[in-house]
Amino acid sequence: MSQLAGAIGVKTAGARAPAPLIAAASFASALVLLPIGYTVLQATGVDAHTAVELIFRPLVGRLLMNTIGLVIAASASSAVIGVTAAWLVERTDLPGRKIWGVLAAAPLAVPAFIASYAWVSLSNSLQDFAGALLVVTFSYYPLIYLPVAAALRGLDPGLEETARALGQSAWGSFYRVVLPQLHPALYGGMLLVALDTLIEFGAFALLRFRTFTTELYAEYRTGLDGPESSLLALVLIVLCVACLVGELKVRGGARYARIGSGVRRAGAPQSLGGMRWPALAAFTTLIGASLGVPLGMVGFWLLQHASAATSPVAPSLPLLIDATVASVAYGLAGAAAAAILAAPLGYLATRYPGRVSVILERIAFLAQGVPGIVVALAFISLTVQMIRPLYQSAALLVIAYAILFLPFALVSVRAALAQIPRGLEETGRSLGLGWFGVCRRVLAPLAGPGIGAGAAMVFVFIVTELTATLLLAPIGTRTLATEVWANTSSLAFAAAAPFAAMMLLLSLLSTWLLARRMDGAAFPTQDR
Amino acid sequence: MSRISRIALAAAVSLCLAIAPQGAIAASLTLYAAQHQQTVDLLAKAFTKETGIDVKVHFGEAPELASQLVKEGASSAADAFLSANSPELELLSERGLLAKVAPATLAAVPPKDSGASGDWVGVLARENVLGYNKDMIQEAALPASLLDLARPEWKGRIAIAPTDADFLPLVGAIAALKGRPAALEWLKGLHENAMIFDDNEGVAAAVERGAAATGIINNYYWARLRTEKGADNTRSAIHHFAAGDIGALMNVSGAAVLKSSRNQAAAQKLLAFLVSKPAQEMLGKLDITFEYPLAAGVAANPLLKPMGELQPPDLTLKQIGDDRDAAKLLRDAGLI
Repeated sequence: MSQLAGAIGVKTAGARAPAPLIAAASFASALVLLPIGYTVLQATGVDAHTAVELIFRPLVGRLLMNTIGLVIAASASSAVIGVTAAWLVERTDLPGRKIWGVLAAAPLAVPAFIASYAWVSLSNSLQDFAGALLVVTFSYYPLIYLPVAAALRGLDPGLEETARALGQSAWGSFYRVVLPQLHPALYGGMLLVALDTLIEFGAFALLRFRTFTTELYAEYRTGLDGPESSLLALVLIVLCVACLVGELKVRGGARYARIGSGVRRAGAPQSLGGMRWPALAAFTTLIGASLGVPLGMVGFWLLQHASAATSPVAPSLPLLIDATVASVAYGLAGAAAAAILAAPLGYLATRYPGRVSVILERIAFLAQGVPGIVVALAFISLTVQMIRPLYQSAALLVIAYAILFLPFALVSVRAALAQIPRGLEETGRSLGLGWFGVCRRVLAPLAGPGIGAGAAMVFVFIVTELTATLLLAPIGTRTLATEVWANTSSLAFAAAAPFAAMMLLLSLLSTWLLARRMDGAAFPTQDR
Repeated sequence: MSRISRIALAAAVSLCLAIAPQGAIAASLTLYAAQHQQTVDLLAKAFTKETGIDVKVHFGEAPELASQLVKEGASSAADAFLSANSPELELLSERGLLAKVAPATLAAVPPKDSGASGDWVGVLARENVLGYNKDMIQEAALPASLLDLARPEWKGRIAIAPTDADFLPLVGAIAALKGRPAALEWLKGLHENAMIFDDNEGVAAAVERGAAATGIINNYYWARLRTEKGADNTRSAIHHFAAGDIGALMNVSGAAVLKSSRNQAAAQKLLAFLVSKPAQEMLGKLDITFEYPLAAGVAANPLLKPMGELQPPDLTLKQIGDDRDAAKLLRDAGLI
């Protein structure tokens, strides 16, 4: 923390950021670049001829077809479902729309690989492309639902009313007036769906749908983890970064939660009329598939006898407790690490906006586009070769989590710090507080809740994270995710159920608490 | 609670951007294990009870662990390695990473089931078989040779787990006996025909459920299913490949001590324990693992075809190779 010593002092607008602050922020960004840089470096170890041969082999072509096909289909289907659901909740007289609003966002708290486990254990025939599309759509449509619902809430109803007054039909005014205004939210959401589809591993491994991530894992298991695998990882990184840049372009500076919309009145809800019951049925089906199936199947398997014949991990109470404790402890440590890495970045961005802070911040956001499997594989090679004391250590896994979820922590840190008037810090200083005193007595109480909410979100992500956990968990460590994985990958569904149930419980509970605390920012249709 | 504090400490240390020290505890062994998790847990517990030596286990697929051990080299945390198959041990032996096994330990099992250089000892063996769903296919329709499964008539009727370490020795064996091009052709045929699973457990369960008509597995996966469900409720059965066919290959699971281990004596003790009569008898009776104990005079589980009746192909463990080439063949065939 000593780097921060001179960072938080009295300064005037336009002043240059103190060097220690820039150093601390740069360190966080450098950590994000580390696995990417290492992968690139490893990939360049392949000579050009072999590289061409490896990249243009039929398998890569098929993986590209599989991956891109699924990414397009999933973004499209999620868009249709997300927009329809958002419109029904925000703009119609659908009965019980407040509850539907909460339920429609809730699938975000169900990890995709748990959803995949539920569907696979429900039916043999859900495999390959169709199964993958189904699981991904029902897991990720909230990424479109949430921003589109927020955008719909923020729209000025006057425009729509004007369109209607000028003779447009309900559909016409939606298509010609409402939809164009939703584009940033919609396209941004679609690119997030695409990104999450690209980096997902567990769900596809269970569905036997081969993408770049499952292939990287297969190669690792077979002992082939040299430069050739890095080449494959590089193709994946390129695809991810393309989505990320697209998302940044579409959404501009406005990311995720929109706070304080400034619209004075909501539009009159449209009457669904005769469509009311079909809409209700459709919504019920959607929630049944996205929330009911995962919860229902986990519940079902909880009640079944865990067949010793196919379970690599026999569930037992001590093991369940151990795994839960490990998951929670890593979740807490990772969330704290992410918040601490994000702090100097957020402080720099809010107090000294400029070219340096923009570049460092963008690099940090790059982490969202680096798949967990790439970070894990790079870290394994890197530490085994160069940073031996970190190899197989708990610290390495915590660092990996902090990198993977840094963007989420950063968003909250930034938002929280931006709301604190600079004058308060200056007052604190002038009254004789040192930098630590200002941190503790001024910044922490004011920014604490916001940063805490971000850390809580990171906690949920870590508890439900599979890939990095699987590859980087230190010797002897078993978490909920590793135990669910060991059993589900062997189709031992009943043995996996206690671990999966505990994970869902932690995830849903934390999400619910978080949503309540954020007072409607996540589930804005709740009564305020 | 010690785990929480350890993680918290590690986190704190990493956050201060320093490097977390990895403390070594006396009277504790680190085992890299690719064997069945439940079996290893039982063995470790029994060993700790007998010797007071604590065992920390790092699980993984054998090729992944072997590749890790090669990279870790002299500073590996591992004291011993329990592999599910022989090729990974051969690889480590070639790289000079293994210490010689105590002669008394080696003497406990037949010499052909251990490493030729005396640096790893065979512990258990498994037979390769074809699992099939009785409702979907008649035994008479099943092939005599493993190689037949690459033929077009098997399209859509077979399940395999090419990234399960049990599959690689088959590839190595075919390459050794029929040549590399033949092995590649066979894999390409399988690629056309097969549903791909992550591991043998997945294949066995898929055949049992009827998701696939047949599946290449090691015998013990079926035996576990059969024990669990009872004879009447088991819808799958196993088919032994013809005598001497490559498909009837035995996979040998063995153990070794790493040269780099700082706990040589304790690690040797673990190996001696693994092939000792009590441990081998426990393994032979265990209704979890169903592998053939290799120690002389220890009977296998009665559910298995007696070891004496098995007719594996004429092939030494050395000939099967070290998996490296087998993995490349899988890649060339597009299976990984």
